[in-house]
Amino acid sequence: MSDTKRVYLDNAATTRVRDEVLQAMLPVFQNNYGNASSIYREGQAAKKQLEESRETIARCLNADPSEIYFTSCGSESDNWALKGTALRYAKKGRHIITSAIEHHAILHTCESLAKQGYEITYLPVDEYGLVTPEQVSSAIRPDTILVTIMTANNEIGTVEPIREIAEVCRAKGVLFHTDAVQAGGVLPLDVKALQVDMLSLSGHKIYAPKGVGVLYIRKGVAIANFMDGGAQERGKRAGTENLPYIVGFARALALAVEEMEAQESRILAIRDRLIEGVLDRIPYARLNGHSELRLPGNANFSFEFIEGESLLLLLDHMGFSCSSGSACTSGSLDPSHVLLAIGLPHEIAHGSLRVSIGRDNTEEEVLSIIPALEQIVARLRDMSPLYDDFIKGKSTPYLSCDRCGKNGSF
Amino acid sequence: MQYSEKVMDHFMHPRNVGEITDASATGTVGNPKCGDIMKVYLQIENDMIVDAKFKTFGCGSAIATSSMATEMIKGKSLDEALSLTNKAVAEALDGLPPIKMHCSLLAEQAVKAALKEYYEERGGIPEDKKKYFDVLDEDEHSV
Ligand SMILES: Cc1ncc(COP(=O)(O)O)c(C=O)c1O
Ligand SMILES: [Zn+2]
Repeated sequence: MSDTKRVYLDNAATTRVRDEVLQAMLPVFQNNYGNASSIYREGQAAKKQLEESRETIARCLNADPSEIYFTSCGSESDNWALKGTALRYAKKGRHIITSAIEHHAILHTCESLAKQGYEITYLPVDEYGLVTPEQVSSAIRPDTILVTIMTANNEIGTVEPIREIAEVCRAKGVLFHTDAVQAGGVLPLDVKALQVDMLSLSGHKIYAPKGVGVLYIRKGVAIANFMDGGAQERGKRAGTENLPYIVGFARALALAVEEMEAQESRILAIRDRLIEGVLDRIPYARLNGHSELRLPGNANFSFEFIEGESLLLLLDHMGFSCSSGSACTSGSLDPSHVLLAIGLPHEIAHGSLRVSIGRDNTEEEVLSIIPALEQIVARLRDMSPLYDDFIKGKSTPYLSCDRCGKNGSF
Repeated sequence: MQYSEKVMDHFMHPRNVGEITDASATGTVGNPKCGDIMKVYLQIENDMIVDAKFKTFGCGSAIATSSMATEMIKGKSLDEALSLTNKAVAEALDGLPPIKMHCSLLAEQAVKAALKEYYEERGGIPEDKKKYFDVLDEDEHSV
C-alpha cells in the first residue's frame, strides 16, 4: 500500500498548508514571538504584525479591521456567534432559526441552547439542499433573536442564497450569522454586499493550519463574550493571540482571493468531467446536491446497493482519500443528516461518496478515480444481497440507470 | 477508529463470498436502514455444515465478520455452529472497534437464522437448542 501514489480528494475535510503560508509563518515562531499585549519592542512588533494580518483579512471580506476577531477554529466562531447572541439577547427573545443541514458546530450548539431553554427552528431543505428566503421570512417571530444559515454545505456543496436571506433578516430586524467555513477563499465573500451580521471562517479549509479561525462581527452588533480572560481582541476574546497561525490565515486568505477566479474555473472544469464520467460509467448512481448552485470542488454521489465505508476502505487501498456520509463512518447508526434532509432513503444515503477537489489536485489524478470507482462499485455490488435481489427481479431500484434507461422509483 | 490487520485481511480478501444454489438453508438479517444486511447460505449433510457462503451489504467490519463467521462454521457440526457467538467472531478477528460490535452480532444472527430455517423445515427447533436462538430477538442497536 505504501508504494501506491496517494490522491488526496478530501479537501473539504482539511487541506495541506501551502508553501507560501508556511514560509510566512515560520519566521514568526522565532523572530516575532513577543506577546502582542506587551509594551516593549517585541510586544509592539507582534502587535504590528497582528494588526496587519487583521487588515489583510478585512480587505478580503470588505470589512473594517475592527470587525475581525481571531478564534481557535471554525467551531469556536460558530459557538461564539450563537451562544454570544443567545446570552446577550435572552431578554428580547429565545428563538433561533437554522437549517437542517448545518455543520455539527451549529447543530450541536443549537441543541445545547435548546437544553437551556431556547427554542430552535430547523428549516427543512429541498431536494437540492436549498433554504429559501421565504422560509426564513415566515419562520421569523417577534421573539426571534438570530438566524444562522450556512453559506455552503460541507457535504453536498450546495450554496445557499445568503444575500437574500440576510436581506429578509435585516428588514425584520433580526441578526443573521452565516457559517462560511466551506466558502472561505472559494466564493466571493463581501460582508457589506451580503449584509451579514456575523460570519465564521476556518484556517484549515483554506490551506492555512488547523486551529485558527475568524469571526466577523459587524460594527454595532454586540454579543456576549464566549472566552473570558485577558483583554485581547478589544476585550472580546481572551487568550494570547496565536500570531504565527494568524499570519498564516491572512496569507492563505489573501492568496485564495487573488487566485479565486483562476482556481474556480480550473477546478470546476475538472469537477464537471468527474461527475459526467462517474454517472456515465456507473449505473444506478446519482449526484447529490445542486447541479449549478454548488461549491466548485464538491462532488457527492450515491451508489445504490453498496455501503459507503466499504467503498472508502477500498478506495483508500487504491490510493484515494475521500469521505462518505454512511452511518459506519459517522459513528452512529444513522447516515448523514444532510443526505436524509434532502430526502434520500436510508439505503441510498449509506452508499454515498464525497469527492472534494482542491488546488493541489491535477485533472489526471482526479479523473483516475473513475475507473477505480467503477471497479470497486462492481466488486461491492457482486457481494451485495440487495444487488442480488435486484438482479433476480425481486426488488426495484431507487435510482435510475442512464445506460439502459431503466427508471428507479426515487 | 482503526481495524486490526485480520479485519482488513478478511475485508480485502473475503472468504466464502457467493451463494449456494441449492442451499439446505439460508438466513437473512439486518435491514438496509441501518446499513448492514447479511445473507448466509448453508449446505448441510448428516448434521455437518459442509459449505457456507454469504452476501453482505455493509461496512468493513460487516464484511469481515461475515467472512470470519462462515470460516468458523465450515466443516463443523450443527451443535458446534450453534455455539458460535459474536464475541468469538470478533476475537478471531483480533477485536473490533466498540462501535462496530453490532456488525459482529449480525453475523452470528445470520448463521442462527439459517439454522433456525433448517430446523423448522425438519419438525422444529429441538427444545434443548432453543436457547441458542434467543440472539435473534436481540436488537443490534442495543449492542
Ligand atoms: C461548514 C463547517 N463549519 C464548521 C467547521 C468546523 O471548523 P473547525 O474544524 O475549524 O472547527 C467545518 C469543518 O469541519 C465545516 O465544514
Ligand atoms: Zn457496520
